Amino acid sequence: MTPLQGCLLVSALLFAIGLAGAVTRRNAILALVGIELMLNAANLNFIAFWRYGPNPEALSGMMVVIFSIAIAAAEAAVGLALIIAIYRHYRTVNLDEINNLKG
Amino acid sequence: MSHPQRLGSPDKRANLKGFELSSVLRLGQPRSDFCLIMALPFIIIAIVTLFAAAAAMSLRNLVHCALSLVVALAGLAALYLALGAQFVGFAQILVYVGAVAILIVFAVLLTRSDATPNRAILAPGWLTGIVVSAAVFATLGWAALNSTGLPKEMPPAPETTVKNIGDLLMTQYVLPLEVIGLLLTAAMIGAVIIAMREDAPKTTMEDGGLKMEKTSSPSSIPARDLSELHPPSSSGGPV
Repeated sequence: MTPLQGCLLVSALLFAIGLAGAVTRRNAILALVGIELMLNAANLNFIAFWRYGPNPEALSGMMVVIFSIAIAAAEAAVGLALIIAIYRHYRTVNLDEINNLKG
Repeated sequence: MSHPQRLGSPDKRANLKGFELSSVLRLGQPRSDFCLIMALPFIIIAIVTLFAAAAAMSLRNLVHCALSLVVALAGLAALYLALGAQFVGFAQILVYVGAVAILIVFAVLLTRSDATPNRAILAPGWLTGIVVSAAVFATLGWAALNSTGLPKEMPPAPETTVKNIGDLLMTQYVLPLEVIGLLLTAAMIGAVIIAMREDAPKTTMEDGGLKMEKTSSPSSIPARDLSELHPPSSSGGPV
């Protein structure tokens, strides 16, 4: 197993953990945390392929990761604001109880 | 280890796969020890990161989940540093550990009704979710282990100073940079507007939330949809 494959395996396991948390937890905040973990797994893939790829001087993978981190920060801010608004409306963040479109 | 076996028939492998004999012999024992020593910090950091991520997704107390998430994100930053991406590693620490984790802790503290939930923490169809994510991991791992075109050697480390990154951001990637700036501004304004407190008692709300809402502000904007919110101070605005 080459080091690149080790990186890819770690990233795949991190993605699977994030996916499992995002689809199985009842709490909306933890679903968001799972999505963040999946984004980070993708970032790890980008960095690994940038480092082991044929042309690392171009810094393309690193640029993608920088933009991805910025987008993930925006996503976390908007997502948590939505969760707080929903909590103020329903008094719960349980995803199974938030089932009205206009409540 | 499989290296003595691999060295047992170097000629056959070289003839079969078209490799040169010298390149096969170079994969011998000293290089493997060197790789193990080089890979040991990576393995330790990866194990810590994965355990922290699993804890963040499986613990019952939400504050413990947030702290495990901090450990997982810091471990990822260490992985980036180990891979030679210093700027991204420190940006990860600044953005995720410094900002996103704090946001998540704030959200946990603002929305929790009791400290540790006594009811089930998993959704009803959790077994399906676990199976689906295990299948996803199996597929990704199979693809990573069986693909043949992956590069095996690490190329020499490129020069990744902050000056290089800034040059690229200002020349080749200037349009994405501007778009990201616009997106961050829009997201910031949107988050503030969405999370802004509604200033009227709700009629459809249960008793638990009613007393908290009534003490907020004496302003008398009727409660409407979230899209019609505007700040109470700008009553004469042109909205």
